[in-house]
Amino acid sequence: MFKRLGETASIVTIEVDGKTVRARTGDTVAAAMLAGGIDHCRTTPVSGAPRAPYCLMGVCFECLVIIDGIGSRQGCLIPVRDGMRVETQQGKREAGR
Amino acid sequence: MARTADVVVIGGGLHGCSTALHLALRGLKPILVEKDYAGRHASGVNAGGVRQLARDIAEIPLSISSMTIWEHIEELVGDDCGFASHGTVLVAESEAEFADFRARVDDLQLRGFTHEELVDRTELRRLVPAVSDHCPGGVVSRRDGAADPFRTTQAFRRRAIEKGAEVIEGVTVTGLSRIGTQWRVETSDGPIEAPKVVNAAGAWADRIASMLGEPVPLEVIAPMLMVTSRLPAFIEPVVILRGRKLSFKQVGNGTVVIGGGHRARPFRDQNRTVLDWQKLAVSAATVWELFPVMREATIVRAWAGIEARMPDDLPVVGPSSTSEGIYHQFGFSAHGFQLGPGTGAMMAELIATGATNVPIDGLGIERFAAG
Amino acid sequence: MTGPSDLSSSYDLVVIGGGPAGLAAAALAARAGVSTVLFDENPGIGGQIYRGITSTPIKNRAVLGEDYWAGASLAAEAKASGAQIVTGATVWSLDPSRQVGVSIGGEARMIQAHRVIIATGSLERPFPIPGWTLPGVMTAGAAQTALKAHGLVPEGRVLLAGSGPLLWLLAAQLLRAGTTIETILDTTPRSNWLRALPHLADFLLSPYWSKGLALLREVRAKVPVIPVQRLSAHGEGKLQHVEYQSAGKDYRRQADMLFLHQGVVPNVNLANAAGVAHRWSERQLCFEPVLDVDSGSSVSGISVAGDGAGIAGGTAAVERGRIAAIAAVRAVKPSASVPDPQSVRQRLQREELGRGFLDALYRPADMFRLPEGETIVCRCEEVMAQQIHDMAAKGCEGPNQMKAFLRCGMGPCQGRLCGLTVTELIANERHTRPADVGYYRLRPPVKPITLAELASLPISEAERKAVER
Ligand SMILES: Cc1cc2nc3c(=O)[nH]c(=O)nc-3n(C[C@H](O)[C@H](O)[C@H](O)COP(=O)(O)OP(=O)(O)OC[C@H]3O[C@@H](n4cnc5c(N)ncnc54)[C@H](O)[C@@H]3O)c2cc1C
Ligand code: FES
Repeated sequence: MFKRLGETASIVTIEVDGKTVRARTGDTVAAAMLAGGIDHCRTTPVSGAPRAPYCLMGVCFECLVIIDGIGSRQGCLIPVRDGMRVETQQGKREAGR
Repeated sequence: MARTADVVVIGGGLHGCSTALHLALRGLKPILVEKDYAGRHASGVNAGGVRQLARDIAEIPLSISSMTIWEHIEELVGDDCGFASHGTVLVAESEAEFADFRARVDDLQLRGFTHEELVDRTELRRLVPAVSDHCPGGVVSRRDGAADPFRTTQAFRRRAIEKGAEVIEGVTVTGLSRIGTQWRVETSDGPIEAPKVVNAAGAWADRIASMLGEPVPLEVIAPMLMVTSRLPAFIEPVVILRGRKLSFKQVGNGTVVIGGGHRARPFRDQNRTVLDWQKLAVSAATVWELFPVMREATIVRAWAGIEARMPDDLPVVGPSSTSEGIYHQFGFSAHGFQLGPGTGAMMAELIATGATNVPIDGLGIERFAAG
Repeated sequence: MTGPSDLSSSYDLVVIGGGPAGLAAAALAARAGVSTVLFDENPGIGGQIYRGITSTPIKNRAVLGEDYWAGASLAAEAKASGAQIVTGATVWSLDPSRQVGVSIGGEARMIQAHRVIIATGSLERPFPIPGWTLPGVMTAGAAQTALKAHGLVPEGRVLLAGSGPLLWLLAAQLLRAGTTIETILDTTPRSNWLRALPHLADFLLSPYWSKGLALLREVRAKVPVIPVQRLSAHGEGKLQHVEYQSAGKDYRRQADMLFLHQGVVPNVNLANAAGVAHRWSERQLCFEPVLDVDSGSSVSGISVAGDGAGIAGGTAAVERGRIAAIAAVRAVKPSASVPDPQSVRQRLQREELGRGFLDALYRPADMFRLPEGETIVCRCEEVMAQQIHDMAAKGCEGPNQMKAFLRCGMGPCQGRLCGLTVTELIANERHTRPADVGYYRLRPPVKPITLAELASLPISEAERKAVER
């Protein structure tokens, strides 16, 4: 996956599927997940195949996750906040849960 | 030399394609002329609601005859058109509204129409578990459903061709003139002559009518729709409201289509519409109140289709009041998709035999005649 | 942080996109006294090239190179200009009357603009090979963003594949950051060299020439480069190995990360949805907006600047942003003093000199643009190449009909990652040109918004009443 270059100044922690992940202030959710070794962030609503962030620039929508209960958020555009709750988005799980 | 046909059908929406198919099934040779491609406008982009519920008395017979065809659509066109029947539910948002609905259902019963059925709070929740608590009941039409509009229009087009109709796309009708017992239809690709012509030109039908000296007060409208990304299944029937504009349905693939009649600005000469987000926001707020589970759903697309509306919200179907051999089939006022299969059959019958068994009283163009 | 309540209901100029074009445009206009707001959906300004410019954790300037750091002054200028700069702001609608729908922190607003400059830039050309949807396969741009904005570098067995200047730049940056790249699989067709030769003289005069050559040398000294004619990614649930063909022989190689790139193309979604006319560029194999000399589009008051107007690169984007801004200032405030557009145009011409050579040399091979069989074309709806071939063979003439039949382009990315592929596949199958096939007809919202966001649009009681029956 990815590793951090050098040390990071300020650390926040977020929760991904109940697991604590350390992130740097300024990380996006997708970056924090990639650095945290989480190898996919969702499964597709069509075939259930696993997907991970692909473009990191907001165009591919592969990084969709559930953030603080709201589904289909683009993880690569949203900065982490301390205590943020992130869930991987399984299939059609987005609303009405 | 002009091409010839038994009937020229102007417009490749569901209505034009359906009439062409039914004419071909009766052994006639129709040529259908479409200025863009079949299903490009209202017929291909509508909400796909196949609804008998809450229709004006004048169009109920046409709607019922259409429903029978919908239920055997695959036998007719060789494609199930994505049709699924889970009913339509008209939800009452207050006791006063519920009382009105009861009066309407009673009235229909007296007239012999039984497709609308009053449902109480418990049955409403059984049909639509996700509906908000403030709704006291509603009306259901259980045989109603929904289909895929573009696929349906294309299926009718394809089958019409298989049965001998000719479909010419990307060609515009520019004039109509009488030559003896024939009509000469001028198009951007040369003339066509036929004894009979069907005007199914949707939002452009007034232009055809005025070529005949038969102007109609047609309003060009552009109803808007929005669709969400795929969601887990949570609702089966189509839900509509009366007090506020809403139609709401989840398609088999999980996406939810939200509509109900809020309108965009149409530019019919450019085939364009400009959406009105303020009004879509009102739709969003309505859904928010009615279906709390939808609050975090994402809207992935919104669009509008260009459609014809008549002042009384009823279609114009039947023979021209001024010109022998001309038939009108337009002005479906944002609820003509369900009527497509049956209206085509009725028109073909009318054209081929000079009469039809389906009552269409009150739908003729003469109701708009000056004076 | 700027929130929705800090916004005015109207501006003289709304700039959409905070890359070089947008930053330069906003700075020039605001300095001329035109009320200007700039929206960018990313958490920071800089766009793709200067991503993370105000916040990058990479302190060693050599890693990203001096060309990157040039962005710092551009960002500083924009900030000092008086333009209101709003990040984390997604523009999801723009219509021909220049109403801008924007969403900030979960709340939506409609804003009226007198002039709009679309500076939404480019995105990487789709690279539809078998397995491109596997976790572990990403775009080269993604690796760059991870590095610039977050100080993240890939680990494990890292491969790069594709062609184009950006691939080499990424390779150099990763190497300087200490990453080991196992191989670069070069998909540039050899025959491209011949096609590029006629443009060589211009290229030699352009600023790209010496920089490009130095970059190639730097990378080739450390990484083996293998020319490949076929490429696919494989693995169970994630990338495990890559297969490729080189000089007629098949190879297989273990891999943890594969970064793909075959050039960039304009991100046309917003302009297309606003009704801006586009045309097919045979030279760059993509659709681009039709523009006048001032960057004005077919829709009055809307111009397009930067790579969204056709690919020309970051420094050219700055000049193109200025040209659009000068036109906007002249329209809104004719008394303001602005630079002479002629001198800006001259600088732009110099920047654009080398383009012809690069476009010809790095024109991606048919093989990698026209997938076959079970290769996924539409990632969102998982539509395969064969389905598109079959539908086109059955008579489906355009992407909009294709969309209605197969749902390709109907997912959340709204065709950004399949649009060009679908157009080219249809053209190929039906023996016509992409120009005749056309592109998806796009509709707002150009980015999905939640129902909650939409419901948050302020609506007056009168409006609410007006739409009730
Ligand atoms: C957004 C929306 C949602 C809707 N939802 C529903 C629903 O849920 N249920 C329902 O029952 N109905 C619905 N409707 C209405 C339904 O789609 C229409 O009533 C029906 O499709 C009308 O069919 P048509 O063939 O008359 O019109 P159209 O589909 O508009 O077809 C007319 C065709 O004529 C062509 N034409 C016009 N002039 C010329 C010319 N001079 N030469 C050649 N060709 C010409 C046009 O290009 C067009 O393709 C909806 C409509 C819209 C717009
Ligand atoms: S990774 Fe592509 S949109 Fe987020």
